[in-house]
Amino acid sequence: MSITIKDVEHVANLARLELSEEEKEQFTGQLNAILNYAEKLGELDTSGVEPTTHVLPITNVMREDEPRPSTGVDKAMRNAPDEDEGQFRVPAVLE
Amino acid sequence: MATFDMRLQDIHTQLRAGELSAVELVEASLRRIAQTDERIGAFLTLDEERARQSAAALDARLRQPGGEQGLLLGLPVGIKDNISTEGLATTCASRFLQGFTPIYDATVVHKLAAAQAVTIGKLNMDEFAMGGSNENSAYRATRNPWDVTRVPGGSSGGSAAAVAAGQVYFALGSDTGGSIRQPASYCGVVGLKPTYGLVSRYGLVAFASSLDQIGPITKNVEDAAYVLQAIAGYDERDSTSANVDIPDYVSALSGEVKGMRIGVPKEYLGAGIDPAVKEAVMEALRVYESMGAEWEEISLPHTEYAIAAYYVLASSEASSNLARFDGVRYGVRADNPDNLIDLYRKSRSQGFGPEVKRRIMLGTYALSSGYYDAYYLKAQKVRTLIKRDFDEALSRYDVIIGPTAPTPAFRIGEQIGDPLTMYLNDICTIPVSLAGVPAISVPCGLADGLPVGLQIIGKAFDERTVLRAAHAYEQHTEYHNLRPQL
Repeated sequence: MSITIKDVEHVANLARLELSEEEKEQFTGQLNAILNYAEKLGELDTSGVEPTTHVLPITNVMREDEPRPSTGVDKAMRNAPDEDEGQFRVPAVLE
Repeated sequence: MATFDMRLQDIHTQLRAGELSAVELVEASLRRIAQTDERIGAFLTLDEERARQSAAALDARLRQPGGEQGLLLGLPVGIKDNISTEGLATTCASRFLQGFTPIYDATVVHKLAAAQAVTIGKLNMDEFAMGGSNENSAYRATRNPWDVTRVPGGSSGGSAAAVAAGQVYFALGSDTGGSIRQPASYCGVVGLKPTYGLVSRYGLVAFASSLDQIGPITKNVEDAAYVLQAIAGYDERDSTSANVDIPDYVSALSGEVKGMRIGVPKEYLGAGIDPAVKEAVMEALRVYESMGAEWEEISLPHTEYAIAAYYVLASSEASSNLARFDGVRYGVRADNPDNLIDLYRKSRSQGFGPEVKRRIMLGTYALSSGYYDAYYLKAQKVRTLIKRDFDEALSRYDVIIGPTAPTPAFRIGEQIGDPLTMYLNDICTIPVSLAGVPAISVPCGLADGLPVGLQIIGKAFDERTVLRAAHAYEQHTEYHNLRPQL
């Protein structure tokens, strides 16, 4: 299996990245090399093997549903690149 | 003797006796940084004023009756720049977070403050912890104090270089596939990756959440035990934090390894290992034999699949974790976007460097429709096989020992054009990360004047045995006392 520039453009769109023509060329070559290497995984028979998502046997960590103080608006907005009255300003989403 | 070469206990005795002050320790650190960091490039941000203030406050309290009892009292510490520090810039060495100032401290930063360490500043790294050379920092390349034409390793390269150069008493790093151990090995210092879940990740900027773990970089094993004691423990703010009792790590350092059973994986000493590195490891095994430990060659048969599995899993997790960097709430925002999607796209493209983009692309591809089973799910199953290798070996041996990295530090620029070759440097550290077990790198010699690291791997949550084995070795060798000429 080999990746084309078209695949790279598709994945870049999914990842919300805008690549220059040079980057597209470079990533096509490099991703092909890395994925060819990853083909190695196919040599192993993993039928009946459970996937490991996490090494610790921890599931569904719960706590009591008690109200606690949370980060205030002022603090939360401190690093905002564009702010208006305690809200993050973005380009118009609807026409 | 420079204060940073003093033993932690001697520093504390002198602090309490009024023969040394926390301010003097901080000034020594800042002086050393001023003398050396133009050449080394370990620091991204210094916190001089607050460091001086906290040290002065500690000194004032030391003069009160009862004194201060913090485990890390007065010790100057540097913190990797992917660990959040309230009010102190935290950039992950990325343009994306230039000027970003966290609104809260990571749990480990709280714990260091509770142990009365003094934060000096933030340390350089590969951008978002992706890389093994610090060449992926968006700001500056950190240089190896042993040879400034060489890399310090990565991604915690600034942390390892700062300790090796005597700029701070100790540092915190983070390790996803070897990012504490490999730079410790390249810089001739001690680096401990604790068991996954032992140290809280709250406030650590996530790279690969199922692998990331914070740990100490120190000059010797004793210091690593003290720092681990201060930072380990359950944290309800990290849902992957392990709720286990924290033992006494310092008391594990008995110097005794008689009868200890050591497994030496043949896969870690095979093709691709520098002969000088192999010889240093074999010599270390002879030291263990002389102390009454026993070693045998073993096999971890799935080692050769670890790098492929790791890059699929870590990149997939990274592509998901880094989706939050969208230019809306913090970080850079591109000018004049056409619409909201264009704002995301332009901000991300301007903010991320090449290695970060490459891994986001790889991860997005591996998780995308049609490829999930072939790459991501397959890699998770291979991870199970790799973990079983370790479970099996560690049921028969107390520790597993081998090299930390296949070679000493390479030259700056030597591998930057070839990501796959760069990834292969992690062959001895990545399998350990996938298994989630603890491992330490300790200096075990020099090859052509460059430090070599010995990796000691243990059972999950058995840091005591790992530290004991590492400390006993240190008692019989002088490699940890070697210092680079700067």
